[in-house]
Amino acid sequence: MMGSVLSTRARVWWAVITVVVLVGALFPVVSILMTSFKGPSDLNSGTFLPPQWSTTNYEQILSSGGSAQELFLSALRNSVGISLIATVIAVVLATLAAYAIARLNFPGKRLILTTALGVSIFPVVSIVTPLFNLWRNIGLYDTWLGLIIPYLSLTLPISIWTLAAFFRQIPWELEQAAQVDGATPWQAFRKVIVPLAAPGVFTTALIAFFIAWNDFVYGISLTSTSAARPVPAALAFFTGASYFEEPTGAISAAAIVVTIPVVILVVLFQRQIVSGLTQGAVKG
Amino acid sequence: MASITLKDIVKKYGDGFPAVKGVSIDIADGEFVILVGPSGCGKSTLLRMIVGLEDITSGDLLIDGERVNEKAPRDRDLAMVFQNYALYPHLTVAENIAFPLRLNKGRLTDAEIREKVERAADLLDLREHLDRKPANLSGGQRQRVAMGRAIVRDAKAFLFDEPLSNLDAKLRGQMRTEIARLQRRLATTTVYVTHDQTEAMTLGDRVAVLRKGELQQIASPRALYEQPVNLFVAGFIGSPPMNFLPGEVKGSSMELPFGTFELPDRLVEAVGGRELVIVGLRPEHFEDARLVDPSKKERGRTFDAQIDVTEWLGAELYAYVPFEMHASVAEKLEELDRELDGEGLRTQFVVALNSASRVRDGDTTELWFDPEKMMIFDPETGENLTHDQDEVDRLDKENEEDRRASLERAHAQAQQSA
Repeated sequence: MMGSVLSTRARVWWAVITVVVLVGALFPVVSILMTSFKGPSDLNSGTFLPPQWSTTNYEQILSSGGSAQELFLSALRNSVGISLIATVIAVVLATLAAYAIARLNFPGKRLILTTALGVSIFPVVSIVTPLFNLWRNIGLYDTWLGLIIPYLSLTLPISIWTLAAFFRQIPWELEQAAQVDGATPWQAFRKVIVPLAAPGVFTTALIAFFIAWNDFVYGISLTSTSAARPVPAALAFFTGASYFEEPTGAISAAAIVVTIPVVILVVLFQRQIVSGLTQGAVKG
Repeated sequence: MASITLKDIVKKYGDGFPAVKGVSIDIADGEFVILVGPSGCGKSTLLRMIVGLEDITSGDLLIDGERVNEKAPRDRDLAMVFQNYALYPHLTVAENIAFPLRLNKGRLTDAEIREKVERAADLLDLREHLDRKPANLSGGQRQRVAMGRAIVRDAKAFLFDEPLSNLDAKLRGQMRTEIARLQRRLATTTVYVTHDQTEAMTLGDRVAVLRKGELQQIASPRALYEQPVNLFVAGFIGSPPMNFLPGEVKGSSMELPFGTFELPDRLVEAVGGRELVIVGLRPEHFEDARLVDPSKKERGRTFDAQIDVTEWLGAELYAYVPFEMHASVAEKLEELDRELDGEGLRTQFVVALNSASRVRDGDTTELWFDPEKMMIFDPETGENLTHDQDEVDRLDKENEEDRRASLERAHAQAQQSA
């Protein structure tokens, strides 16, 4: 389709640009992947590929008896649990809020949107210290809930904004048609709007999950033990086998392991995200 | 099936803009009523108030004698076809049609629902598309699915909001007859909104002409065409539209842009001493003088006209004749043209001649017309001075008889096939 439009010259340029971008984006990942397969003695070998392929690093963080296994697995459990709960709450709340914003006229609508934007651009670092004190006083320090709440403040604004934009694209008339067909407002929302908004909700959920999953500042500041410490924070606490050994290999392996769920999610939901379900709703 | 009564319905929007200014219409059980008018006349708003998607500011809306102003749309039991169909894109055609039935959980079994959906699909020729999604259908098929969703649940009335405006001309003609056939067969009360006067004339048992939120006239298509109450209705109904010409009256003679003619007594009476009137003449009331039957020619008058442009359409020939507009009525007619969504380009009148006529662009030719057919309008109020209420009543009565007869025929046929 594009090929017939673009000239050969333009196609060559696009190919070059694509390769440059791909290398720029993927080189660090591949580099970490390679490092994760290097044995402790090869870490400073200076070669890109490991001279000797070894899985010691993975054994260290995953197999029972590995030096970092305890630290890593509990952190992984925390990360998955906290991110998932924060995502679910954020998406449910944001769906209802965004629907109201897109469909209803009520005083203070703009205020809610601008406040949400304001919250999301507020620097995390400036909130974390007061939050640390507050959490310690009310007993939320080093708990799952103590991380879920600040994660909601990160994920809710962007979820509300993207979902509101998505709801606005769904023709009003579909809902009116449902009402005339005999649906209650709740039925119209559940049977017509929610299925149509599904791609938008998936996309939003994915974004919210990544935000929570990638957080470092809250994770390292508001936790102290393996009770709630997520993976990005836990990586900083890895230690080598001895005082003189750096934990670079184990950290690389852990980084690869936490990247996998993200890749799986994107592959899994790719079709929902891309599919234009609203096509054909109106005249077309 | 039900009767619908509108009593002094008013709609004022939040900013105080009055979209509908006190409209009263009685719609009988099984009747097909058209709401027609140029854009912004309030016809869609009126329909949306009937179905309940728009609040009624004041007045009463009665369905089967019961006031329903405050009822939610789902409690009014009306079915509506939207302008852009509003099909549910995530559901198949069958599920789209079944949607209203599925909402009442438990009332119908799956088998009953399937049977009703298939019956509606057969009626609309949709059987082989039941498993497809709306996105894969053509415009006409989507239109039929929207109608299927409306007819599947035996609603009290059907409401159509410009259902054919998104289709191309050929399909529009087909769907128009389809809707007429369906309505006759089901004999369901129907309110149909359109801005297209052809749809209005061909489909309606009665047509309500609206202008700026006010009801101008509601009558049978023929009564509207032959006895419009005012300039607006006369200009809106008919294609090509009625010609409006300035007429200066001196005693019993009238000076038109193309000549001076003696007026019949009936028209002199209608003019009632006014010195300047607007004369309305439909294009088909003119004829090429050479092709008029001699016996008929006697009754009319002839005049010479300079033809500007001609359009030969096979069945007839339209010829355009420019003329000088009298300054004192020019403004009134320009205003009318704007209201009718016209562009007000040039003052000309159009005549529909026999297609055998050899009149061509630039010719000077002799045209014939019958002064009896003239309508006389007051240049100030736009009122039709030749309006004959008795004739309107007679035409409406005839129309009502025809409607009942065709309904009975449809019933008889339905019983026979059952």
